[in-house]
Amino acid sequence: MAQELDKVEVVTVGVGWTAGIIAAELGKAGVKVVGLERGENRDTSDFQMVHDEYRYALRYELMQDASRETLTFRNHREERALPIRQWGSFLPGEGVGGAGVHWNGQTWRFLPYDLQIKTMTDQKYGADKLGKDYTLQDWGITYEEMEPYFYQFEAIAGISGEENPMGPPRSNPYPTPPMKSTPILDRFKEAAGNLGLHPFMMPSGNLSENYENPDGQQINACQYCGFCERFGCEYGAKSTPNVTVIPTALDTGNFELRTDADVVEIMHDGQKATGVRYVDLKSGEEFIQPADIVVMTSYVMNNTRLLLQSGLGKPYNPDDGTGVIGKNYCYQILPGATGYFEDEKFNTYMGAGALGASVDDYNGDNFDHSDLGFIHGGVMSITQTGRRPIANNPVPNGTPGWGSEFKKQSLHYYHRSLSIGAQGASMPHRSNYMDLDPTYKDAHGNPLLRLNYDFTEQDRKLHEYLSDRAAEIMEEMGADIVEKATMPDHYDIVPYQTTHNTGGVIMGDDPETSAVNNYLQMWDHENVFVVGASAFAHNGGYNPTGTVGALAYRAAEGILQYRESGGGQLVQAKQKSKLAKKYKEAEKKKNRRLA
Amino acid sequence: MAEEQEQKISRRRFIKNTGYVAGGAIGGGILGSLLGTNLLDTEQETAPETTEQQNNYNRALMYFKRREDFNTLSAATERIFPEDDNGPGAVTLGVPYFIDHQLAGAYGHNDREYMQGPFSPGTDYQGYQTRLRRHELFMVGIRALNDESNKRFDASFVDLEGDQQDEILTEFENNAVAMKGATSSTFFEELKSATLAGAYSDPLYGGNADMEGWKMKEFPGSQMSYVEQIGDEDFVEMAPDALTSHTNF
Repeated sequence: MAQELDKVEVVTVGVGWTAGIIAAELGKAGVKVVGLERGENRDTSDFQMVHDEYRYALRYELMQDASRETLTFRNHREERALPIRQWGSFLPGEGVGGAGVHWNGQTWRFLPYDLQIKTMTDQKYGADKLGKDYTLQDWGITYEEMEPYFYQFEAIAGISGEENPMGPPRSNPYPTPPMKSTPILDRFKEAAGNLGLHPFMMPSGNLSENYENPDGQQINACQYCGFCERFGCEYGAKSTPNVTVIPTALDTGNFELRTDADVVEIMHDGQKATGVRYVDLKSGEEFIQPADIVVMTSYVMNNTRLLLQSGLGKPYNPDDGTGVIGKNYCYQILPGATGYFEDEKFNTYMGAGALGASVDDYNGDNFDHSDLGFIHGGVMSITQTGRRPIANNPVPNGTPGWGSEFKKQSLHYYHRSLSIGAQGASMPHRSNYMDLDPTYKDAHGNPLLRLNYDFTEQDRKLHEYLSDRAAEIMEEMGADIVEKATMPDHYDIVPYQTTHNTGGVIMGDDPETSAVNNYLQMWDHENVFVVGASAFAHNGGYNPTGTVGALAYRAAEGILQYRESGGGQLVQAKQKSKLAKKYKEAEKKKNRRLA
Repeated sequence: MAEEQEQKISRRRFIKNTGYVAGGAIGGGILGSLLGTNLLDTEQETAPETTEQQNNYNRALMYFKRREDFNTLSAATERIFPEDDNGPGAVTLGVPYFIDHQLAGAYGHNDREYMQGPFSPGTDYQGYQTRLRRHELFMVGIRALNDESNKRFDASFVDLEGDQQDEILTEFENNAVAMKGATSSTFFEELKSATLAGAYSDPLYGGNADMEGWKMKEFPGSQMSYVEQIGDEDFVEMAPDALTSHTNF
């Protein structure tokens, strides 16, 4: 029997970047927030034994415990979805700070083109360049509206960077200068420059210098130790929620952090959420936490799953394209090229998660797609993230996968190979979506989320194009052997690709095609805000965290406005849909009442 | 200490001089026939020795019970990561002990992996779908290596020539051997990745003996900072450092 607790103003489900931002901003405004996190609390003192590739990178020390909850997966609806029994393709985090603890720190702003992709693509290339199966949508907000929030996140995180000549316009320089360049990065920048491209240092959440953020939190200077991705930082030199927004929230005295709290249901009366039900994973006790406002701040998958499980929003139906929850799941592709150098050795073992150089010439609509069978593109970078020995055994194609020749070649090329990679944007397709699995259950007996996903024709064409471009740069860098990245016949859940999963609870201006408005407020449960990359209507050509952080600041502002205005939708729904008309009438009624 | 060094050298020299590298003390036909099968029953000799054999209390079995299973595992890992001109192979690095210890713990029991049924083989794109826990997968796989070896060559896996062992491992890799409860390629992939992990993980886990795996690969281990070297034009060689040096925090 669940124990009902005293009501709170705001409860967050999960405590990572997005909850930290919400709690810090609301806490500063005097609003009481409770954060529920199913994992444990963590700070820099937890990471003093972190230089352990086996424990952290291979055995996934910081990742979600899949024995309790995973998701199921199939490429196509005719297949039987099976559980992802061990993580591979992507790595959801667990514990306070979430994936913000083990991220690399590559921090970008999505392009103006991303936010209005449908309108701008149709205008330039004619209606439906990709065909009707690609459910391309605008995000219901412009870059101009988003710009202040992007900077707000960059300032809090202290991002180290320099002007991107092909990037979106900025009203402020980066808060800290770019990281140190290296011979590897210089080589890339020189080659890219020779080809007429516009290289620059990657914007980084591993800071170039000690920094005190506007909230008074200290972030330290990066030591280039090479243990970022999948690791926590023992120096407090990686921008994480744990060294920035979470301490800020706690300092306000208005934020209560509850760990071991696994939320299993968003409770609601059909109109509004009334709170959440959670299980304490240590004691096994069940609690109901009533709240005025529920903020979903967990990962893409869990945001989507809890809404479906709790019956909030209309589930997406791939047969007729109706419904919104689970819709427009997107991922990314990884075009690129690897170069093998016979006579040179590079210090590949040193580095930092966001130590890199990039070109944005092949991203978004920065190049003409008129004669190309795809849209969008991706930022193309060389990174020096610290090549660790178990996972990195680069060998040219045709080398055996084990035995004496493999050993010889992998030792030879460990310091003699470099890779250029692109974050290939991912366009939504009607058959790529998430729903609840009919068979498999989590540790509480609730259905797992089911991922239905495969690569599209758009992906394949974009992959080929960007890999060709990466190979040109690698040739110019002087590699003796240049090999382009290839795509498998289908999306494969086994090899690690990227933890840039997006969609499922997408934002927009029309309740019939989107789940949340541009404050990430649910159209049909006005006191529920769903924050994260789940709101992305497609996935752009960058790492997502910068845009996630910006959206969280936007949502925090929206929540404060919602409280002040005494309820209602913060955004007028687009006129054309029936649902929108319904909202409009309700708003009118309310205004009359208030008058 | 001097005596310990002496023994390290003599052990290495023994291996090199005999030209015998695969599978440790019992890994192949030459040594097997030279020393006879009674070797298999001699605890001291059959344990794949390493540079730190003396007083290395880590070199005992946590998971395997039958010496024969452990020896088969040792021979297989040595074929995957053999001793060569670059340096030691899996056995000298302690990889078989690394795998033994891992199979006894969370890794071997899939503690943090989803192991609820129903089980179904799935497509090539759906990943690990066996009902076997990893320790069972290894046991079934190792015994299948021996069964296949006996079927093809009428000899135990450890008594085969290196190329014969490779032939069998390749069959497993190509999923051409029937195994109970799992596919042979699933076993092979786990074996291969565990072998590389044992060669290159921090020595605290029982592999990468004396950081010899890192030294071969010129990986300096867990240095605290490269802030002074990150801009260097030339390749920086550095003696490796293990996690044990971080324990004074």
